[in-house]
Amino acid sequence: MDEKLVNQLVELIKRSSTDLPPDVVDAIRHAREIESDGSMPATTFDAILKNIDMARDAATPICQDTGSLIFYVYHPLGMDVIDFRSSIEAAAEAATKKVYLRPNAVDSVTGKNSGTNVGINAPYVSFKAWEKDEIVVKLMNKGGGSENVSAQYKLPDSALGAGRDLAGVRKCVLDAVWQAQGKGCGPGIVGVGIGGDRTTSFILAKEQLFRKIDSTNGDAAMAEFEDRLHEDLNSLGIGPMGFGGKTTVMDVFVGSQHRHPATFYVSISYICWACRRKAMTLKNGEVHYDD
Amino acid sequence: MTTRLNIPISEEEIRALKCGDSVLLSGIMVTARDAGHKLMVEEKPDFLNDLLKEGVIYHCGPVVKKEGDEWSFVAAGPTTSIREEPYQAKVIEQYGVRGVIGKGGMGGKTLEACRKLGAVYFHAVGGCGTLVGQSVKKVEAVHKLEEFGTPEAFWVIRVEDFPAVVTMDSHGESLHDRIESDSKAKLEALLKQ
Repeated sequence: MDEKLVNQLVELIKRSSTDLPPDVVDAIRHAREIESDGSMPATTFDAILKNIDMARDAATPICQDTGSLIFYVYHPLGMDVIDFRSSIEAAAEAATKKVYLRPNAVDSVTGKNSGTNVGINAPYVSFKAWEKDEIVVKLMNKGGGSENVSAQYKLPDSALGAGRDLAGVRKCVLDAVWQAQGKGCGPGIVGVGIGGDRTTSFILAKEQLFRKIDSTNGDAAMAEFEDRLHEDLNSLGIGPMGFGGKTTVMDVFVGSQHRHPATFYVSISYICWACRRKAMTLKNGEVHYDD
Repeated sequence: MTTRLNIPISEEEIRALKCGDSVLLSGIMVTARDAGHKLMVEEKPDFLNDLLKEGVIYHCGPVVKKEGDEWSFVAAGPTTSIREEPYQAKVIEQYGVRGVIGKGGMGGKTLEACRKLGAVYFHAVGGCGTLVGQSVKKVEAVHKLEEFGTPEAFWVIRVEDFPAVVTMDSHGESLHDRIESDSKAKLEALLKQ
């Protein structure tokens, strides 16, 4: 195991847990500016912004729920993924000792917390080989509260009057965000996965959350669909923490993939305002951190 | 207007609070989450009797640090409260709890217990782990740490000016119910489009 790599990964975890990406902070500032001074949403955003600054300055976790660790590792062919996984596990354990992370890996049968953030399939690591001669490690800390409000729908859905088309998808997203109020810390960011099977549908939804706020979908029709959803969701008036307000979600990202003719899944992955993600690039022995 | 309250809190002080009031809480409170609430209802442990009489439960699984024999809180925002809805009313009644702090609000059974027994639900800003953690001045004790793990243990903490807002009062009012029904009407209109 490469000790240098372990230390670089600990630094990645530290940054992710304590320093919110600038695009997310900007979106929160904007949400604050459009509320009137002294209102409940305004004071809530003030507390959130103060917390973000304090956490960055003190290098302490933004939120005590430092989440489940989700790693995506893009690597050249031939990299030793078994060894890389060991380095990630060692980094998770070291970052827990340094109190950048709360121990969040619990044995589902015995209820015992491993104390290290390492366990069966924890951290979650997805390796993807590519043709570039660099390694990119993307990390997301996904909180439990926001994961609990994520949802999957099977279309058609008669209760929602949702059929197998984009109009049906829209109804699923509206319903999921309405259900999430107060539970996942709003305003959140919504990732939507259309199609695939039950597993890949959720994966696609969650992968959308690596996109930056205000990034435009490459597909013009989907970009328009995202804008409409964003506007619809904010018109619900749920606001920060469900206290009421103009910003219920900061952005909506939609991805689609092919499906079996008999199935039509729509998955919604919700992430709280503390949308913690960071990336690290390793090339020619140099390390570079990014948001 | 912000009200300063010292724990333990009297019924009179609680009855004076209304939905939307800001408070700063000082004194001793106890964290409890899922495993803690299950234990309080099923086994009714005695060690909590004095701590929770007219006391405050905080739905929180903190990030903690140990230096020598001393624990301290590093980050300590609220967790989602609705998971404790099956237990909360019983816990309020059994221990004489005056305040529950969390996020997201709670359901009808808890609201009714607040009304009947003189208790309120305080909302802390979710995700603000570092900010809220600063108001925790001392860890007095911890119970069930080995058995439950860090997030689920009962942490007995001394707080100073812990910031929160009343979102469910002892008169049957719930901000969460109001936002839910307002947004439900908007949702139904959008689903028809």
